[in-house]
Amino acid sequence: MNWWSRLFRRRQLEDELEKELRFHLDEHRDDLIGRGGTPEQARRQARIALGGAEQVKEKCRDARGTRWLEDLLQDTRYALRAFRQRPGFTAITLLILALGIGATTVMFTVVNSVLLRPLSFPEPEKLVTLHGFTSDFGEFWGFSNPDLTDLRRDSRSLAIAAWTYGGGTISSPGEPEYVDGRQISAELFDTLGIVPQKGRAFQANEDRAGAAPVAVISDSLWRRRFAGDASAIGSTFVFDGKPYRVIGIAPADFQLSGEGDVYTPLGQNTEPRMQNRQAHFIHAVARLNPGVALSAAQAELALISRRLAEQYPKSNEGLRMLAHPLQQELVGDVGTTLWLLLSAVGLVLLIACVNIASLFLTRALSRERELAMRVALGARRSRLVRQCITESAVLGVCGGLLGIVLAELGIRRFVAFWPGTLPRASEIYLDWRVMVFAVGISLLSGSFFGLAPALRVPAHRLEQVLRSGGRAFAGGQRRLHRAFVISELALALVLLVSAGMLGHTMVMLSSLDPGLNVHNLLTARFALSPGALANPARLQAAWQDVLDRARRVPGVEFAALTDIIPMRVGENSIGYSTTSAPPRPNQVSIALASSVTPDYVNVMGIPLRQGRFFTDDDGKQSERVVVVDENLAQHAFGDKDAVGKFLWIPAMGANPVRIVGVVGHVRHWGLAGDDHSRVRDQLYSPFAQVPAPLMRFLSSVMSIAVRTKNAPLNSLEALRLELRGASGDQALYDVHTMEQLVSASVARQRFLLSLFGLFAGLALLLACTGIYGVLSYITGQRVPEIGVRMALGASVGEIMRLVLWQSFKMISLGLAIGSIGALGAGRVLQRLVEGMQPIGPAPFVVMIPLLLGAALLASYLPARRASRIDPVKALRQE
Amino acid sequence: MQKTDLPQGTLDLLILKVVAVEPVHGYAIAQRLDQVSRGVVQVPEGSLYPALHRLENRGLLTADWKQTESGREAKFYSLTRKGRKQFEADSANWARLIQAVGLILGMADGGTR
Repeated sequence: MNWWSRLFRRRQLEDELEKELRFHLDEHRDDLIGRGGTPEQARRQARIALGGAEQVKEKCRDARGTRWLEDLLQDTRYALRAFRQRPGFTAITLLILALGIGATTVMFTVVNSVLLRPLSFPEPEKLVTLHGFTSDFGEFWGFSNPDLTDLRRDSRSLAIAAWTYGGGTISSPGEPEYVDGRQISAELFDTLGIVPQKGRAFQANEDRAGAAPVAVISDSLWRRRFAGDASAIGSTFVFDGKPYRVIGIAPADFQLSGEGDVYTPLGQNTEPRMQNRQAHFIHAVARLNPGVALSAAQAELALISRRLAEQYPKSNEGLRMLAHPLQQELVGDVGTTLWLLLSAVGLVLLIACVNIASLFLTRALSRERELAMRVALGARRSRLVRQCITESAVLGVCGGLLGIVLAELGIRRFVAFWPGTLPRASEIYLDWRVMVFAVGISLLSGSFFGLAPALRVPAHRLEQVLRSGGRAFAGGQRRLHRAFVISELALALVLLVSAGMLGHTMVMLSSLDPGLNVHNLLTARFALSPGALANPARLQAAWQDVLDRARRVPGVEFAALTDIIPMRVGENSIGYSTTSAPPRPNQVSIALASSVTPDYVNVMGIPLRQGRFFTDDDGKQSERVVVVDENLAQHAFGDKDAVGKFLWIPAMGANPVRIVGVVGHVRHWGLAGDDHSRVRDQLYSPFAQVPAPLMRFLSSVMSIAVRTKNAPLNSLEALRLELRGASGDQALYDVHTMEQLVSASVARQRFLLSLFGLFAGLALLLACTGIYGVLSYITGQRVPEIGVRMALGASVGEIMRLVLWQSFKMISLGLAIGSIGALGAGRVLQRLVEGMQPIGPAPFVVMIPLLLGAALLASYLPARRASRIDPVKALRQE
Repeated sequence: MQKTDLPQGTLDLLILKVVAVEPVHGYAIAQRLDQVSRGVVQVPEGSLYPALHRLENRGLLTADWKQTESGREAKFYSLTRKGRKQFEADSANWARLIQAVGLILGMADGGTR
């Protein structure tokens, strides 16, 4: 019989044991009677010979080898009974634990899904993204098509695929709709290791200019426009003015830096920039060939980029190519936020555990007599320790299970609460690793708060414990209790100061001037009619029509076109210099450039400092002009007047351009990020002077901005209708008010602040209840002493002071230790959070008194109770 | 005659010996040990049953419920194959030990004579 069947047939085994022993006694008795004893004597003698029947049974049970499990079950039952007896205590501890473990599990689930779990492609560790690097521009994602073609031809270590953003209007069948798209090279699906869910991917002969237009569409577009019907494959739809045949449907969760709806072959793109070695607009993703290490691929890339630089010095001088693991690229800078939150929530859990540990300790002390009694009756110490730990572990596991349920319920909500989109959001779920983690931390926290009481199981001087009821030995526990209170306060202060720093930062950021008037300002990307796009000569006129239509909409004050919108929506960095001599590498000045229409400053509310802004007279035929911001003016010309000076801008041709005005600086990189961004100079050029070859591309990224007289969203519908244009196939998309954009630029800081604030509040609450509990207990232990003091003439005030002083000492020590921790945490925050204010005294000045006050308030009640002690009763209690 | 306590660990061997002869119940084992040792060996009845159960759990003994001559139902123990091997190994060990101890004691006697 193996041990588990012995365990499950326990009842039967018990019966058999009873029967066996009874048989023994009966036989012995009969024998003795047979030898002439009286039945009474015989029975007695047989019993004596066997020894105590119960002891024999106990030893037989030990022999079964299932003892530890039976003990565990017994202890668990005992624990559950004890919990039932104290439903309030149990409910509160369970609630604290479930919340703590639940919150930690949610954070860990996100960390696990986003950062730890490998990407869901086959052999994801072999996937890399390629980046370009120059010392002037730093690292950037884009490649030029000729460079990439050469790289693909020459590389032996990488299978390289390419893609770039696309998008356009689907005009038939059905209502016109602007959709995002991607232009991809034929090998992209293969390189990633995925296949379309239906149909096929592109073939090499479709990925070249002049081939018949074909498209792979997204799962969501398939369901939206084709009702998920398999007959969609082979059907035709009009996209960007051209009929495309659907050949495949991408897997449901497929994304390339966000969702695209239409995938078209990159090779069919005939724009001039496809041949331009300086147009870096193509993303490259690659798979390491079998047996090739990342470092070998890096070395090969370095070699090829050097060769290209020699061959094409004009475009490739100083350009290096780098490879990074794909996962790193996809996840981006979310990692720091996630680790920060996991640490913060871990601190809250730690405080919760310390809190419960002190509650348990308090309880264990009141049970000390019981434990001493059981030791005196022969219980082994290890057995009692085991019992104590079982009791808390049961609580821990129950709390953990509740926590997992809470996490499962809360995880989606949390992901939705995340500012912007969380990368890999669709992959976030609770898996076995999360379960192991949650059960692990519940057991760990369970044993943690069970350990302290368990070590209190008396080993020596039993009779003293029994006689005194534990009161005489209060010194040791008081030290432990004090340690609990001190660590709770220290941890709480770390969280409070962190939250304080974030709060301070938010206040500072909100008070910054974004450099424009954020009110009554609406921005949107704009998809021009495919018919207009097909006719490059008419593009300027088509855009002029858009502006004229926008101005006609009631409530619109000004309207302007721009290729980038402040607050990080788009970027276009170009080099400039103040002399005609080509600048040395490393010394190129970089500015953020945008092409705008004359009303741009009126729409945005950017102040004009000097000179003028553009007018309708700045056209193709007139002199090429630019307007710069005050940063560029200061940077390039110091205190001298910038208006009338010339800039040499390679991206705008060989001839210099004249500066006609200086405007205020706009915090383009967000309220938080702008001060630390690489590119802080800004430069505007007239949209009307954009060279014709660039117009087709620029037209696909243009946005419209309007200043309204009233709330901007009120004018949106009228604007949408009016801008559909004569052919009814133009669309607004990505519509935002400037207020939304400014707010989104500090969303990460606000998100961190709200969560840290929540955690800090919880920590404060837990720390205060902890102090209250511990102090009530310690004061309770001191009742006889206080009674004596009062009998000897101590006043109520003196007793209050005595208790509060004791508490004050603990609190100050906790705050001192916590301040050191908070300084460290502040340093970490400052490094990881953009726009963070340096650690100043402010959060300490606010948070230390707050915590001190709250802690003293929590101490006040026990102190008052101590001062109300009736000395006569107190002494009689002794 | 003075009764002697059993040396540590020998109870198992004695039980195996008794059971090796024929299937037998606990009370009979106690009787047998008492008789055979002519009352010299004090068989602690209180440790007999835990020892039986331990041997059963280790797979050296197996047990069946059978009627005795007196008409009562009793748990009869018998030796398993594994138990027999163990018994043979243990009794051989024991014999060697006795011989060695005897030799050593004899040598000491010879020295004083």
